[in-house]
Amino acid sequence: MASSTRSQKLVALPSDPQHGGHDEERNPGTPLDLDWVSGVRVNRSAVERRAATMGTRRTVKKEWQAAWLLRAITLMDLTTLSGDDTPGNVRRLCAKARNPVRQDILEGLGVAHLPIRTAAVCVYHALVETAVEALRGSDIPVAAVSTGFPAGLSPFEQRVEEIRASVAAGAGEIDIVITRAHVLTGNWQALYDEVRAFREACGPAHMKTILATGELATLRNIGRASMVCMMAGADFIKTSTGKEGVNAVMPVGLVMTRCIRDYNERTGQKVGFKPAGGIRTAKQAIEWLILMKEELGDEYLRPHLFRFGASSLLTDIERQLEHHLTGRYSADYRHPMA
Amino acid sequence: MSIAEIFETMEYGPAPESASPALRWMDERDRTFRHFIGGEWREPSGGEWFESANPATNQPLARIAQGSQEDVEAAVRAAREALPGWSGLEGHARARYLYAIARQIQKHSRLFAVLESMDNGKPIRESRDIDIPLVARHFYHHAGWAQLMGTELAGYGPVGVVGQIIPWNFPLLMLAWKIAPALAMGNTVILKPAEFTSLTALLFADVCREVGLPAGVVNVVTGDGRTGAALVEHPQVDKIAFTGSTDVGRIIRVATAGTGKKVSLELGGKSPFVVFDDADLDSVVEGVVDAIWFNQGQVCCAGSRILAQEGIAEKLTARLRARMETLRVGDPMDKAVDIGAIVAPVQLEQIRRLVQQGQDEGATLWQPSWSCPQEGCFFPPSLFTEVSPSSTIAQVEIFGPVVVMMTFRTPAEAVALANNTRYGLAASVWTENVNLALDIAPKIKAGTVWVNCTNVFDAASGFGGYRESGFGREGGKEGLWEYVKPLWEKKAGAEQEPEPVAPKASEPGKAKGLPPIDRTAKLYVGGKQARPDSGYSLPVLDSRGRLLGEVGHGNRKDVRNAVEAAHKASGWAKTTGHNRAQVLYYVAENLAARSDELARRIAQMTGDDRGAEREVEASIRRLYTYAAWADKWDGQVHHTPFRNVTLAMPEPIGVMGIACPTAAPLLGFVSAVAPAIAMGNTVVAVPSERWPLAATDFYQVLDTSDVPGGVVNIVTGRRDELTETLAAHDDVDGLWYFGPAAGSAAAERLSAGNMKRTWVSYGRARDWSDPAQGEGEEFLRQATQVKNIWVPYGE
Repeated sequence: MASSTRSQKLVALPSDPQHGGHDEERNPGTPLDLDWVSGVRVNRSAVERRAATMGTRRTVKKEWQAAWLLRAITLMDLTTLSGDDTPGNVRRLCAKARNPVRQDILEGLGVAHLPIRTAAVCVYHALVETAVEALRGSDIPVAAVSTGFPAGLSPFEQRVEEIRASVAAGAGEIDIVITRAHVLTGNWQALYDEVRAFREACGPAHMKTILATGELATLRNIGRASMVCMMAGADFIKTSTGKEGVNAVMPVGLVMTRCIRDYNERTGQKVGFKPAGGIRTAKQAIEWLILMKEELGDEYLRPHLFRFGASSLLTDIERQLEHHLTGRYSADYRHPMA
Repeated sequence: MSIAEIFETMEYGPAPESASPALRWMDERDRTFRHFIGGEWREPSGGEWFESANPATNQPLARIAQGSQEDVEAAVRAAREALPGWSGLEGHARARYLYAIARQIQKHSRLFAVLESMDNGKPIRESRDIDIPLVARHFYHHAGWAQLMGTELAGYGPVGVVGQIIPWNFPLLMLAWKIAPALAMGNTVILKPAEFTSLTALLFADVCREVGLPAGVVNVVTGDGRTGAALVEHPQVDKIAFTGSTDVGRIIRVATAGTGKKVSLELGGKSPFVVFDDADLDSVVEGVVDAIWFNQGQVCCAGSRILAQEGIAEKLTARLRARMETLRVGDPMDKAVDIGAIVAPVQLEQIRRLVQQGQDEGATLWQPSWSCPQEGCFFPPSLFTEVSPSSTIAQVEIFGPVVVMMTFRTPAEAVALANNTRYGLAASVWTENVNLALDIAPKIKAGTVWVNCTNVFDAASGFGGYRESGFGREGGKEGLWEYVKPLWEKKAGAEQEPEPVAPKASEPGKAKGLPPIDRTAKLYVGGKQARPDSGYSLPVLDSRGRLLGEVGHGNRKDVRNAVEAAHKASGWAKTTGHNRAQVLYYVAENLAARSDELARRIAQMTGDDRGAEREVEASIRRLYTYAAWADKWDGQVHHTPFRNVTLAMPEPIGVMGIACPTAAPLLGFVSAVAPAIAMGNTVVAVPSERWPLAATDFYQVLDTSDVPGGVVNIVTGRRDELTETLAAHDDVDGLWYFGPAAGSAAAERLSAGNMKRTWVSYGRARDWSDPAQGEGEEFLRQATQVKNIWVPYGE
């Protein structure tokens, strides 16, 4: 099948020869073990306390800040998920993904030789082909949100079919949404079976599992859902669709990263993490990077294990980078829009 | 390093906080700091100075005045002169000053933080985000208490001139804990900062001037231990508040014994950090970070003994070690440093010595793979496993970033291990099971218990110790009592012992009918009458000197037996307030039934028939008072600014020795014993030495009133002899003494052995028949200690 050959090629994550990220073994999942689920312990107050000091115990300044912000760009799933998306604005977004920062700024920072581009472009299924076309030759994969995003309540077969269609259209990464009801009713078997099925449908495409944490009510539910999704073979676990009332917040990130660590201790498998929704400022981006470095290590500052889902974040980072270079605060309009 | 390189390595870089504003502040003062006395800067009278150094670099920062006896004298005089004006201000006026101080600290918060970190070595993140905000909060909170004193502490006035001696680990925060409540309650103060860390106290003196605080209300005299000693010994100082080591606390207890100085001591700790197998282990790991690697572990309440349930100990150790690898030790002024410098070379040496000893004794030391800075006073985070309670490092306070880990099998064993220490400052309990947490928290002997959190503080919550961690509370309403005294005490005269009578020789008997049956008053121990160990008796004379009867001459061994019996009866503390009330009402009922007999007995001894009847009646009323209180001495839920309930629970002291007043043989006994047992204590009472027969008759009332054996034990004999044995008994938790000045002094002095809570009368008269003096909340406060249990919630 022609489409599958193409998708085989596109699963490659951004090439990073020094770190060989895309060669990492994928998480095959494990049989559902309900002891792992019931063993999840999350003390909300303690988690919030740790989360609140994540950005006050660590900081990066000057060159370090600039370098970390450049790194943040390369970890970004540059995203548009609007009802009014058209091929026009998606092509513009893809152009921005290829050249996220003005050339003169990159030169000024001494990083013109580095492959600074976003990790992926993330769109709805209808715009996958447009994005694939626009990114051809760049090695930037296209991620498609899927399975009846954002609520995930369309018929199961349709959701599975939607994954297949997006993969066929050239999506290298699929961001699926889970049925929140399975979590809220404690039906872990159903959640596991659903995610397993989605993973199978993804085939070679990497699967990011959106928990929609803002709709899971408690941090403990978030922890338990994280474990089930990883057991079911998620390549990444992702916080939010960006459409819930509360999206990527630090306590949620902390719970999910700790689950990733726990899963790794039990299986040796490394599952990626993607916070999405509400990450708009360079400062927030740095805090998330600090969280990853502190809780999961430097490896989790690479695109094969960490992504931001973001739309407006890039502009703020560009402004900060220009400020680093010139010492003057920058303005949005000085940077090419997506 | 270039941006391109950092882009690859993703390392943290330097993130220094600028020291220049603090350096400028010191330079403007020629790096020379005098005493702050009576609102003026004064040269040290002895011309002696010492240097304060930055422990991160070992470079000198400034020259500080060494306070002499004359300097202390001048400061006390200034405080004394300022006292009438300050205490005479309406509460609202004092509230305005405290509010202004809080504002001023906030306005200059960064300068305070930077100066603190330079002087003490603590990371700037901690001084900036924890110490200084808590300082401001403390002044705000106590501005409120100044405002409310008139209504909330009616009947109480300031203690007077207060000497305050603070440690180097939280220099400005400890200043705030001391000064804010003292000023709020109308006292004036002389503060002696720790020798290593005087600078922020001197910056605070600037603040006092800026807000126009009247001269002499706050005085700062800098110096070493000699200065502190001069302050402790000064006769014009009415109270000493001290935070520091238990050794020095003990010296202060002895030095002030009998002087009438009020004393509050916040001393050392070896606080347990209890981890049950259902805890959120990742949060536990961060808890340990906050417990022992906060402020380099130089925290009196540091969770330095991890007690982990066996099933999860290995997992916890592995996670702790992994976390320790990511801690960063280094320049305290770097915003991304977790562990700064140890305060001084001498402290670093002490830590090294104890860590070496731990290894020598066979414990396993683990430290991260990275290396500590070599210049300056740094020590890496350290975890000892294979530790047993008998290891030195499991018992002594290391006061450094060193934690020991032991395991337990059951909740009961966790409690036993947690309490296997002389200290009792704080504890941390980690479990997701609220039933377990709320079961364990009351069982741990500590002034603060943090559930699923650690090292959280607030001005609204009292902080202080059980056992040898000291007494008194700082913060909350419970902390205010340390800075006030009942107004009636001002007018109270010296206690008049009843006129002695000369013994009259017994007259030969006349055979006229049957002789009376001999009644032998015995000791009352463990609910049983007991003969005195000595085999001797003491005569009891009536008002005309005739032999009325005899009582056992109790000795050391009788006290020992009574204390053991009191411990065996400790289940009394677990009975409900309602239950204790019922028992006390029943005691009153049975006393009423025998009131004629007891009145007669009292009258025979005192020779005052009407007085005796009134005394019995008053005793019945008093029993009713404490029966009433038994289920009403509630705790509080403090308004601390976190999502939690901070439960301030009054707990009984434990086993209490009580030397009862001489003059009112029954009422004095009842007035002292009833509040103690109403609160759940068990008691060894020494009744009126002169007129003990009312108390020995009373044990028959106790016997018939469902008072469990051992709750009240009565040892007759020489009051001061018995009191000294009780005071020197390390398994007695509290001691009350109502008697002359000399006996009061001995009681306080000898209590220093285990730092038991004491309450003595210093020979001051108390009118037991006046309910304002003879009963009430003061007795209940003295019969309890407040434990604050922090319970965060939220799913």
